[in-house]
Formats: sequence, structure tokens, C-alpha cells
Amino acid sequence: MGRGGSVRFWIFGSMLLIGVWGQEPKSERHDEHGGGSNVSGISIVSLEWEYVEPPYLVALWILVCFLCKLVIEANHHVTEFIPESALLICSGFILGGMIWGADKVQTFRLTPYDFFHYFLPPIILDTGYSMPNKLFFTNLGGILIHAIIGTCWNAASLGLSLWGCQIGGAMGDLNVGLLQYLLFGSLIAAVDPVAVLAVFEQVHVNEVLFIMVFGESLLNDGVTVVLFNVFNAFVTLGGPRINAAEIIKGIISFFVVAFGGSLVGFVFGLLFALLSRCTKNIQIIEPGFLFILGYLAYLTAEMLSLSAILSIVFFGVCCQKYINANMDENSVRTMKCAVKVFANGAETMIFVFLGISAIDKSIWVWNTGFVLLTLLFILIYRFMGVFFLTWFMNLTRLVPIDYTDQVIMSYGGLRGAVAYGLAVMLDEAKIEEKKLMVSTTLIVVYFTVILQGVTMKPLVKWLKVKRAASAEKTLIEKVQNRAFEHILVAIEDISGQKGNNYLRNKWFKFEENWMSRILLRPSVRERQDKVFNVFHQLNLKDAMSYVVEGERRGSLEFIRNESAFVDFKKKFGEDMTMSMPDIMADMSDDRSAASSTRKESVPSVSLEVHEQAMRGTRAAEGLDSHHLLQQHLYKGRKQHRHRYSRSHFDINKDENEIQEIFQRTMKSRLESFKSGKMGVAPPKTITKHTRKEQQQKVRTAQTLTQQSVHPLEKDKIPRCLFFPNPTLHGKTLFQDFRCFTRFFRQVYNIQAVKKNLTFHFFWFQLQNKKSKSRLSGDEDFEFSEGDSASGYDTSFPVRGGYRPGAGIENPAFMPDVDLPLQIPPWLEDVDSVAPSQRAQVRLPWTPSNLRRLSPLRISTRSSDSFNLAEAPGDHQDDQLPPPPTPPPHRDGDVV
Amino acid sequence: MIRKENLENIPALAENPIKNQIIEAFFDKRNQHGNEVGSFQEIGFEQFVMVMSHFRPPNLKTTKEEKQEMRKEKLRFLFNMHDTDGDGIITLQEYRKVVEELLSNSGAMDQDAAHEIADAAMLEVASTNVPQMSPEDHYEGITFQHFEQILKDLEMETRMFIRFLDVDTTTMHCGKATS
Repeated sequence: MGRGGSVRFWIFGSMLLIGVWGQEPKSERHDEHGGGSNVSGISIVSLEWEYVEPPYLVALWILVCFLCKLVIEANHHVTEFIPESALLICSGFILGGMIWGADKVQTFRLTPYDFFHYFLPPIILDTGYSMPNKLFFTNLGGILIHAIIGTCWNAASLGLSLWGCQIGGAMGDLNVGLLQYLLFGSLIAAVDPVAVLAVFEQVHVNEVLFIMVFGESLLNDGVTVVLFNVFNAFVTLGGPRINAAEIIKGIISFFVVAFGGSLVGFVFGLLFALLSRCTKNIQIIEPGFLFILGYLAYLTAEMLSLSAILSIVFFGVCCQKYINANMDENSVRTMKCAVKVFANGAETMIFVFLGISAIDKSIWVWNTGFVLLTLLFILIYRFMGVFFLTWFMNLTRLVPIDYTDQVIMSYGGLRGAVAYGLAVMLDEAKIEEKKLMVSTTLIVVYFTVILQGVTMKPLVKWLKVKRAASAEKTLIEKVQNRAFEHILVAIEDISGQKGNNYLRNKWFKFEENWMSRILLRPSVRERQDKVFNVFHQLNLKDAMSYVVEGERRGSLEFIRNESAFVDFKKKFGEDMTMSMPDIMADMSDDRSAASSTRKESVPSVSLEVHEQAMRGTRAAEGLDSHHLLQQHLYKGRKQHRHRYSRSHFDINKDENEIQEIFQRTMKSRLESFKSGKMGVAPPKTITKHTRKEQQQKVRTAQTLTQQSVHPLEKDKIPRCLFFPNPTLHGKTLFQDFRCFTRFFRQVYNIQAVKKNLTFHFFWFQLQNKKSKSRLSGDEDFEFSEGDSASGYDTSFPVRGGYRPGAGIENPAFMPDVDLPLQIPPWLEDVDSVAPSQRAQVRLPWTPSNLRRLSPLRISTRSSDSFNLAEAPGDHQDDQLPPPPTPPPHRDGDVV
Repeated sequence: MIRKENLENIPALAENPIKNQIIEAFFDKRNQHGNEVGSFQEIGFEQFVMVMSHFRPPNLKTTKEEKQEMRKEKLRFLFNMHDTDGDGIITLQEYRKVVEELLSNSGAMDQDAAHEIADAAMLEVASTNVPQMSPEDHYEGITFQHFEQILKDLEMETRMFIRFLDVDTTTMHCGKATS
């Protein structure tokens, strides 16, 4: 509490500051200006308060509101019982009291202009952008019924009842006609999205219930705007001049406003989706489009006097899928965060200002009868409306909404700032009792947000309302859901009906065939699969927990020590040596079978499986996992060299640091690479290349880095991977770790194709050993085993207690299972063999291996075809001593 | 009487990736609430309705126990659909096949990918149900208990329903009672 108190004091101080500054400089400035014109000297410091006043005040207010939120959220014991929105309003009261105390007049209040132009759009944009589309459209019917009929019913019944009560004499002497009552009813009828969201976010009711209330609050805006405008016009016209034509016009205008608004949003959404197809080169400002286009959609609708809220909602709803797919993952994350920042900030401001606005003597007109009756009617009619409409809907609804849910739906009819904004917009010249209406609206808002908000949670608990189910995240559930959809469609087909599922299926078809084709980047269209997403998530999670586990144990080395594998390893090694000829003989027959099993038991990690599965379509996400892993893996000394670039994120990565990361992880990666992929790549002994050739290459390497890269791969293969000469090393290499990782994955990709050659590889190893062509010069690799933080070949020991031959072999989770398979004991000295040419390329420079490896380093050109071409050859002459000669085209490059 | 060919000839079904499983389900004796195993060559109206009855929605009057029962029935139906050889266990092969067919019409993925997913899902089941599994253990496949367990969070109540036009749900209920 002490902390809270001090912060509050600080706020108070800043408030006073505003107040004082607001008053004093004004008088001073006059003198200054008067003097300034006469005196030619330069004043070193001058107070330019008026010059900065408006933005300064805005900034200060935002700061103050955020600090309020900070204070409120400092203690979770409070927010558990009282919703944040209520607390924010209360802190608004306090702030308002301070201002009132200082100024004796309320200088700040929520004006409708600010509210509708600056505060509301971000909130609605957020809701639209993060709208659960499927849920929303599944329940659209119910939502619309509630939003349209429910709101009309609320408005009409409230207006009529109040009017009746006035005639009955319950409210004393008021100069309010029937039309004005209806106008009041219409402005206060609408459930407020901001208030609803604020309260329901903290009470986790089940998703159907949530979407019903929330969707209603969003969509009833169209109705409210129309009702408000129509009645406002009627009030202006005066009772007698209203005829059938006007009423019909009003009804028509409803459709125009609602559908027109939605259409505007829809068009902007599609535009944005199209635009996002080609923003690849300006990734850094990509996220800004969301806000600008969203705001434009809002303003356009406003300009055409259509429903702006509907417009921005549908903007978000319709573009979310496409832009999330089209844009870079970083951009998507940025958008998701930024939209929340704006929305949450705006919401905070709204509630605080709602509180502040109340502390103003000039707006308060009290009429007990009016206020209390309004409150009563609002509650009663809300309940009646919801129950009747739900009863009606349940007649046709497949899964009925039960009574407890209906109670919550009714009780969740919170009124908020929209109603207040509309009330303030009333024209005092036409409506004499405007002040009364404003103050009643405020009372209603406070009552619903604070009282109903506070009691909502206990009520939900007491009624045992079904809570939100945990998010589906297991893969099997996703698969199952997919199965559901198909089953339902099939059953409907069989029973010869065209129900919802049929329609949904048709829509998906349509979307897939047309919308996606137009709006999605070709490269991302394939990865539109939820199952894959979950798969990916799970893999990431595993990788993370693996790393965490590793850290807990001190190093990642523990996998290597898993004793479970050791004996198997040996055994397999023996088998291999013993029965090698047989195996080789069998291979040709059994080829398909063997290769298929091999494929599944081949390694490893998450990322690699992906590669295999997705063939590089998920480059971005792969990168992401790399990033995650890298973050966890590298905890070394950092020498930040802060530089600045407006258009790049990772400019501050120090080369040394990157290099260190690289070196630390290199060894282990290589190792896993070898172990995992060895089978695929025919081993090369390094000595085979003549020294002369190498020297030549070293000399020409610089140019070759540009020339030898196949055009197709040019952009994919990072420059940094070449080691033209030692002096360059450390200066220009590894400028971009990301490009390195991308490259690395490509290698994996290629290797994955040829896993079935594993056995040949073993044969080679055998030959290798026999011919004693092993090299021992690589011992001076500076990596220690302890550092072998393998980013790729991370086995997951918690889950991965499976061995090949057990029921399931899941590459995703038991990567190292086959490690023993592929490193027979006599190959323990892994440095003897270079895994593949590609892998060689990435060996870090060390004095002993640079020379020998350099020829290979440039052999990057079209390695796919290169390796593939080589593979069959190996198969045929596997009796020959290993190292295949470099393919001819490579030499062509060199010379 | 309905034969398999009749169902296969429904044009709207042609695009359905798991068409075969669904059609199989209609001819599966296990879905007839009896204890028989095997499959029919052709089914009559009663059997047809029995299968359809898995998709009846609850109403406001359905009690909790009944809902539980319905849920179990639905799960059993799904399980049977996966368990093609009827031995009470969904083996990896069986599961792979289903996943493969499920994904078969989203063109980008090949068979391997489907296998990976099936494997991952299977492993998930294994790790949820048999947390302490030693490397030597062999997980044969998903039993019905495991199936129930892993899908316990899945909201069936709002999903696996079809609105039958002109068919009162109570008659469906009677259909079950008579058998």
C-alpha cells in the first residue's frame, strides 16, 4: 500500500504541476512577448508553454492514466474481486476531485469528439483483429438477433415506460416528450463493447456465451447509431411532421448504415490483404498499415455517416487471416502487440476519463425518479429481452443456451462510454433536459460497470456457469476436430441436407479456391494448415523445454550420457560389422522397406522434422525457433556495440558475439549433423584434394564467393559462410546469424532426401577405417564437449524414452535415438570424417583445417543435384575406397 | 436396404477426404449398440438410423448423466472409426491412415508429413497416458480409455451434431430404445 500511496502522491504532484503551469505561464508569457519584441538579445532559456501545451497535456494525461493502471494492477488481490474498469473509474473520481480542488472547475472531460475519433477506434480494431472468426460466424445469427431486435426492444421499451411513468407522475415536472424519451432510450440501449470486454475478459465464461454478449455489443452499434440519428431527426422535426415516409426512411437507413459500414470495412480489409502481399521489402513499417488502413476504414465510414464501429470490426475480421499469413512473423507479432498496446491504453483512458467527467457540478441534475426508474427498466427489460430472444432462438438452435447462460447474458448488458458520448452529443437547444440525461447516463454507466462488474464474477461462480475450456492445443485434438468437420459434412451429405456444415464447407472451398489465391502470397498458401501449426507449436515447446532441462542440468551434454542408448549402440555396431555384407546384399531388395523405416527413425529434432515435412515452406517459423534456441543457448559474454538503424532489427548484434555463438554451437551441430545425416552424405576424406588445387582456391575464393553460387541459391547462401582467407575471418564473416541458420536448414533439407543411403555410408566408414585414411589433425577444434549446445539435434529425454523398434517412432521427439544407430563405436572419433560437403562448408576456421577444407568450401553450387548425382554412384561402387572425386562442374568453377 | 455402393455414389461425398471411414462406420456392427463385431454387407433403415443417432443434439431437458452417456457414445463412434480392425486398440498404422486421409486434400502435404503428425499425436497420447514409460516399453496403441482421456477437454457437446430436418429428436431416441 505504501508504494501505491507514493505513486498516487506522485500523480497528485504531476496534476498540480499541470494545474499550476496551466495558470501561471499564461500571465508571464505576455510580458515575455512584450519584452521579446523590444530586446534584440537572445534569451537562453525561455518557457514556451503555450507552444507545447496541447500535446504536452495529452502526453501527461496518457502517462497519468497509465500510472493509474499500474497502481491498480500492482496488487492482484484487489483486481481479483473488483474489475479493473471499475477501479479505473474510481481512480478517475480521485483525479477529477484533485482537478476540481485545484481549479474549481472541471477543465478536463471526455468529449465525444475525442472519444469517437481517438479512443474508440483502437479498441474496436483490436477486437476485430483478434476476433475468433469461426466462433463469431457460427453464432452470427444469434448475435444479430440480439443486436438488432434486442437493442430495438431495449430502446423502445425503456422510452415508452419512462414516458408512461412521467404521465403517471413518478418523476415530477419534466419537460420531456415521448420522442425525447425514445431518443434517450436509444442512446442508452446499446451494450457497450468496451465495458463488456473489460469485465468479461476477467470472468472466463465459455466461449459461446462470451461471443454472444460481446458480438452483440459490437454489432448493435449500427442499430444504435441509426436509432439515435432517426430519433434525433424526429425530435428536430417535431411530432406532427413525422409520417410514414419518414419512418420508412429510418428503417431503410438502418440497412444502409449497418451494411454500408460493414461493406466499407470489408473493402478496406481486402485492400489491406492485397497490399500485404507486396510489403515484403518494407517489413519494418508493415505493421503500420494495419493501423492506418483500419483508421481510414473507420473514418471513411464516419464520413459517409455509416456505422464506423461495424466498419472497423469487419476490417479486422476480414483481413486478419490473410495478413497474418502474408506478413513476416516479426511483423505479425509487432501488430499483435501494438494493437493491444493501443487498445488497452485507450480503454484505460476511457475509464479514467469517465470517472473524471463525473466530478463536475455543472453537469449534474438529479431527479431521483428518473434515475432510479431508468436503472430499473434497463435491468428488467434487458432480462426480458434476452430471455425472450433466447427462448426464440433455442427453438431452432442445435445446442440450446441454458438458463444460467441467459442470466449472465442479461446481466452482462453493461453500458459504457458510447452511451455517454452519445448523450453528450445531444443538442441542448432541442432537448431541455440534456443535463439530466447526461447525468443519468453516467449513473447508469457507473452502476453497470462498477456494480454489475463487481458482482459478475461471484454470480458466474454461484451459478456455476460453464467456464471457458482450455484452449485446444494437443495435436490429437486438432486432428480430431478436423475429423469432426468432415464427419459432420459427410453425415449431412448422406442425409441429404444442406445445413450449416454444408454451407461452411462450401465457404471454405470458395475461400480456398478464390480468396486465398488472390489474397495470399503463393509461398504461404500451403502452410495454411492448423494441424501443422499445432505441430509446429508442440515442437517448439519441446525444443524449449529441452533447452531448459539442459540448462538445469548444467549442460546439454546429458543426452550423450543417456545410458539407455549405450549398449544398444554397441550392439548395433557389432551387428553392423558382423553382418555388413548381408545387410548390403539385402539392401537392394529391401530397399523400400528399409528406407521407409529409416526415414522415420531418422533424427531428430523438431526443426528438422519440419524441414522434412514442409520442405522449407516455413522458413520464417524455422527461423523463429532458431531464434528461441539461440537465445537460450548463448549466455556468453556480450560486448554490445550499439549501433542504430531505422530499418533493421538486429543491427546491434556484435560480430564477435555472433561468431562466438557460431563457434560454440558449431561443433555440436556438426556432430548432430554427422550423426543424423551421415547416412546421406558420402564421406569425404579431406586429403584427397591436392594441395595445389587448394591453394588455388584459397586465392580465388574471394571471387568465387560471388561466382560459384548458383543463381537460384545466391540469395539463400550467405556470404558469411565462406572463408576466403584467415584475415577476413572475424571481420566480415557471420554478419547475420539468421542467414547462417537459414542456410543450415537448407542443407538439412537436401540431406533429408537421401536418408536411405545410410547403409552405404556405414560401408564407407568401414572402408575408411580399414584404409586408415582417418585424420587426426582436427583435434584442435576449440570446442569443448560441454559447449555442445546442439540447436538441432536436441533429443527430448523426458518424452523420448522410446527406441526404434518400440511401438512408435517419432522423429519429432526422440531425435537421438538413432544417434547410436549411426555412429558405430569405431566412428567415435567424429572428426575423422567430414559429414558432407555442405557441412564442410561451415566448419569454422582453424589453422589445421582451413587448408584442407578450403577446396570444399566453395563447392556450394547446386549441391542438390551434386549430391544426388553422387548418390547412385556410391551405391554402385561401394566397394571402392571412399572419397569420391569432386564432380567436374566444381572444377569448372574453380578455374 | 442400403449397400456401400449406394453411399459411395452420393456426389456430395466425393470430395470428402475421410469418405471411406464414414461409409465404413455405417456398416460397422459396433455402432449398433450391440456387442457384435464385424460389418454388414447391407443395412436396413433401423441400422441407418442407429448410426445417425450418434449425431442427435441434446436439448434443455437432457440431464447431466444423459449428456455424459451421449458423449461417451459419440466418442465410441469416433473410436470405432479409427479402429479399423476392431481389436479395441488404435494402432499407429491405423491412426496414420486416418491422418493421412484427413490431410490428403490439402495438397501441400505429402504422406510423410501426415505420418509425422500421426506419430507426434500418438506420442502425445502415449505420454499423457503412460507418463512413466521406460524406453523398453512398447506402446501398442490407443485404447478407448486413453482415447477418452486425451479428448476429455474436447468440447463434443457443441460440435458433433447435425440438425435433422423433419426428424424429431425424440423419435431418434425411441429408435435407440427399441433395439
